[in-house]
Amino acid sequence: MSRIQTTFQQLQAEGRKALITFITAGDPDGESTVPLMRSLVAGGADIIELGVPFSDPMADGPIIQRSSERALAKGMSLARVFDIIRTFRAENATTPVVLMGYANPIEAMGSAVFVDVAKQVGVDGVLVIDYPPEECVEFTSCLRVAGLDQIFLLAPTSSDQRFRDVAQAGSGYLYYVSLKGVTGAARLDFDEVASRIPRIRAVAGMPVGVGFGIRDAEVAKRIGTVADAVVIGSRIVQEIEEGSRERVCDNIETFVRGVRVALDELAGAHL
Amino acid sequence: MVDMQKQYLLPDARGHFGSYGGIFVAETLMPALEELRVAYEACCKDAAFTAEFEYELRYYVGRPSPIYHAQRLSENLGGAQILLKREDLNHTGAHKVNNCIGQALLAKRMGKPRVIAETGAGQHGVATAAVAARYGFKCVVYMGTEDVKRQAANVYRMKLLGATVVPVESGSKTLKDALNEAMRDWVTNVSDTFYIIGTVAGPHPYPMMVRDFQTVVGKECLTQMTETFGRQPDMVVACVGGGSNAIGIFHPYIPFDDVRLIGVEAAGEGVETGRHAAPLTTNAKVGVLHGNRTYLMQDESGQIIETHSISAGLDYPGVGPEHAWLKDSGRAEYVAVTDDEAIDAFHALCRFEGIIPALESSHALAQAMKVAPTLARDKFLLVCLSGRGDKDMHTVAERSGIRF
Repeated sequence: MSRIQTTFQQLQAEGRKALITFITAGDPDGESTVPLMRSLVAGGADIIELGVPFSDPMADGPIIQRSSERALAKGMSLARVFDIIRTFRAENATTPVVLMGYANPIEAMGSAVFVDVAKQVGVDGVLVIDYPPEECVEFTSCLRVAGLDQIFLLAPTSSDQRFRDVAQAGSGYLYYVSLKGVTGAARLDFDEVASRIPRIRAVAGMPVGVGFGIRDAEVAKRIGTVADAVVIGSRIVQEIEEGSRERVCDNIETFVRGVRVALDELAGAHL
Repeated sequence: MVDMQKQYLLPDARGHFGSYGGIFVAETLMPALEELRVAYEACCKDAAFTAEFEYELRYYVGRPSPIYHAQRLSENLGGAQILLKREDLNHTGAHKVNNCIGQALLAKRMGKPRVIAETGAGQHGVATAAVAARYGFKCVVYMGTEDVKRQAANVYRMKLLGATVVPVESGSKTLKDALNEAMRDWVTNVSDTFYIIGTVAGPHPYPMMVRDFQTVVGKECLTQMTETFGRQPDMVVACVGGGSNAIGIFHPYIPFDDVRLIGVEAAGEGVETGRHAAPLTTNAKVGVLHGNRTYLMQDESGQIIETHSISAGLDYPGVGPEHAWLKDSGRAEYVAVTDDEAIDAFHALCRFEGIIPALESSHALAQAMKVAPTLARDKFLLVCLSGRGDKDMHTVAERSGIRF
């Protein structure tokens, strides 16, 4: 069983919701990422999505775009992201790490090499934003053979048939994009999410997380009443961008803990 | 060589030209692209749509554009005859408007009241703004801040035509970043917005659809060449950034085996300097950007690198997927021309023919001027003069040390 599945099973047994947190690898520099990952875990994150910076992050809003630019300016690359994960794994063998990014850096490395190294350093899942299932069949089977989960996005604009098709290709969890827009936008429509999630869960056969536009503990908790997992990215990256350099780890740990506590207030509440 | 039966089936149902093209976008855009594909296919079968498109091309754009024999220039070069397909005479000054009208008619049928576009040199932005005014759409054009500076006159033109121009500060602040930002807008406003992409790139169905609208250029040439010159040309030459004017003139010629097709990329300061925009000529690595797989200028770790060209319209790190396929198949050949060579060609056309070409088109012209003296006088080189050079006055003047 994969680390991602184990994590969700444990949470489910405890009646708790998963908290998935996103940061961009190498933002603000390569040395900061492992300490930041540590803070996410200490605050109560269950899964870490680690962004692989790309020069042209088409699906991201300004906050994550700027984090990508900062990371690239400091020389971050996919090869160095793997070094970061290797370091993190030396001290943490349980928290699943999902790489999130765009297709081109992976293809530049070579898909097969990417999957080999990812497996070897302790990556658990991969989410390639611009790989819809039909364009990455070979990549999907490579990941499957290696025992890595492939996480796919679902959108408010997707049809029920599309939910089924994407669920078929994915594993680990499904990531429902809570709004029409880019990451970090602030127009999440709870009723829309609440009406969609049960229809996705009906065909998913795996946990469903919700992300894009979740900025505080209160919204996270509301989303937690309908989903298996809550994903927070831009709000944390914003803290890295704006907060003081010395206190950023503490601030992030505190923020994540706030969301954790709110989510755990739902413990025992059944869907 | 190319299997012609196969040729006309491209792209496949999901937009692939061999291993190029496709649909590489975030899930949010998948339904929008499907809706677009279905709507476009319905229009293709609808005679009324075609009739309206042709009517607009005739009375709004001023088509057909003539093929002009550049006699003095040819005489001076002392070889093959250079013929110019005069897309510069179109309303708004370039071939871009052909495609904008096609997509605007489609937007009208789909009931989308708002159109958006990306622009580099500003020609596609101006054409989109004009067509949006013509059909009463709300119009937003994304343009990198570098290009806003370089193309101030076109920014003002777009504003006069009622468009909102949004300067894009991210990345390299040029065309590719404008495209990223337009995609972000589309993802956010997908229900009421039509994205008019200006070139044969982007996710399926764009490369196919933009090609289809632009083939009016090549189809006219087929008729005009026979009527005026008694036969088809020996060579067709066109500049390639994303590659829409080139595909427009090449595509109808693909079955004509004895017509050579030459795409001309921007060599910038020289391909050996690395400061260029010539992914096909330099055999750049294949990758994924802006929704399709194609040759891409990128570094070792797959980051897209900055391109360089004196012509903003060719300053793009990728190239339309059908060009990638045409290169691999050998049916079209791709070469690159430097900034200096393009500028020389620009001046030559001004002085020998009284025509001021766009810097983009000057690249195609420069290649034709290189080749012409090596060929016999009875050969025909058909050059796509894709746009006029009024927008480039500042760039050319600055290069000559002149300030207005």
